[in-house]
Amino acid sequence: MSTEYEVVIGLEVHAELKTKTKIFCSCPTEFGGEENTHVCPGCLGFPGTLPIMNKKAVEYAVRAGLALNCEIQEYSKFDRKHYFYPDLPTAYQISQFEFPICKAGYVEIAVNGKKKKIRLNRIHLEEDAGKLLHSGNSITSSQYSLADYNRSGMGLIELVSEPDLSSAEEARTYLEKLRAVLEYTGVSDVKMEQGSLRCDANISLRPVGSSKLGTKTEIKNMNSYRSLQRALEYEIERQREVLEEGGTIIQETRGWDEEKGITSSMRSKEEADDYRYFSDPDLPPIVLEPAWVEEIRASLPELPDAKKDRLVMELGLSEYDADIITGSRALADFFDKTVTLFNEPKTVANWVMGEYLRLLNAEGTEVQESKVSPEKMAALLKSQATGKISGKMAKAVFEEMFMTGKDPEKIIKEKGLVQISDTDALGEIVEKVLAANPQSVADYQAGKEKALGFLVGQVMKETKGQANPGVVNGLLKQKLTD
Amino acid sequence: MKITEQEVHSVAEIARLELTQEEGQKITHALQVILEQTEALKRLEISKVKPTVYVLPLQNVFSEDQLDKCLTQEQALGNAPEVEKGCFKVPRII
Ligand SMILES: [Zn+2]
Repeated sequence: MSTEYEVVIGLEVHAELKTKTKIFCSCPTEFGGEENTHVCPGCLGFPGTLPIMNKKAVEYAVRAGLALNCEIQEYSKFDRKHYFYPDLPTAYQISQFEFPICKAGYVEIAVNGKKKKIRLNRIHLEEDAGKLLHSGNSITSSQYSLADYNRSGMGLIELVSEPDLSSAEEARTYLEKLRAVLEYTGVSDVKMEQGSLRCDANISLRPVGSSKLGTKTEIKNMNSYRSLQRALEYEIERQREVLEEGGTIIQETRGWDEEKGITSSMRSKEEADDYRYFSDPDLPPIVLEPAWVEEIRASLPELPDAKKDRLVMELGLSEYDADIITGSRALADFFDKTVTLFNEPKTVANWVMGEYLRLLNAEGTEVQESKVSPEKMAALLKSQATGKISGKMAKAVFEEMFMTGKDPEKIIKEKGLVQISDTDALGEIVEKVLAANPQSVADYQAGKEKALGFLVGQVMKETKGQANPGVVNGLLKQKLTD
Repeated sequence: MKITEQEVHSVAEIARLELTQEEGQKITHALQVILEQTEALKRLEISKVKPTVYVLPLQNVFSEDQLDKCLTQEQALGNAPEVEKGCFKVPRII
């Protein structure tokens, strides 16, 4: 009989802070820019420079900690983490080792309807490293590297989970939850494609019932939610095969190769001792005033979980809809604003979940960049609700509104899209259609309900889709039973 | 406390220092002397002394989140031994 294994995953997530300047100097954090132009003697590690802590970065770390139910530490300090790699010019990274700013938090995730608490071990502040470009086709064939320090010294928070995740799907859901919380609190842009949210995973397997953790590997290079899930699914199977063949897992760092769909060994994991952490004497400790922490707590917005509860309990949305709408703050804000202008939450939710998300995905745009405002959305829904246009027309108008940003009223006018609900005008057309289709009339009267649908379709065709289908339905039934 | 030659060599390795066998012996001996001197501290009564990380009584030294001037690319690369495509050219490291 083969052994049943249980999966143990912990994630280390890095989020770039949305401060204007870097964490220890006054260079910009803007994405892009010519190589080595967002740099100063400080973030280039020139001798004689001193780091000064950006107060906003402290505030953001506390904000994230409060939103993630952490214990905010009154005392925290910075340490140097030493390693030799030219992505940091000082040959050490300023980080928090012994005394992080936040400890012991948690988030709640739901996978397949099952709720689970995922604990956070800590959140700490640190600086980002620069970027190395390798000449030649690959890192192994290049003779030298090119260092760009624009990113060096940007403020990061690292969020370290406990090994509470037990599947690739849970890991993905957890990361999406963190993303949502960090977006809501406004501390980070959380864009995985641009690298403002990054994730490494520690993963091991152990026989079910065993209390001892198995040997873990660390997985890197996962640049999307999908690649995180795929990489972990692959690694779980790889480790399972090794163990089933009686082999042992080597503790190492493995890189995910998106194209090949595999993980492969990068280097043996350095022991923590090798980093030779020691206190950074240039940065005095942070001692948080309780009043400041309370001020930050009071300024927190409604968080995803609370928003979701409100959407379900007060507005009557399904759990599923509420989950998706609150998955991003921009989408949730769009929904909320639209509902204040057009107070039918379920209709708004259907449109947001249906047409709006469909077009956003198809066009690869985001809510923030979209040309559809809540005002325009609400105006469109009002036109539909009053019967001015049909549901089908509304979809066509929405699509044009999405592409061009025009007002719905203008599109309706331009396209001549007016729904005919007038019973006199429709009555004539109905008579005409009935006269032209005696077979269908006979079929319906013989009890074939389907014939009615055909007749409605004929009226719609006659009116080029402008007839109000509800009115047509009623008129037809009335005339057919007369 | 005793320090071994092997420890000295492994520390040298992660600090990227090349030591000959002879230098290793010399440094091991020197470090041993220093460590023995610090042993003297153990004889002091320090149970009432708090661990000290910083010598200055400072805390919360903050800057506001305000942009300041950066170097130009030319200035930034001014001291670099080798430059390419606006970057510092460095030996390949794996
Ligand atoms: Zn700088």
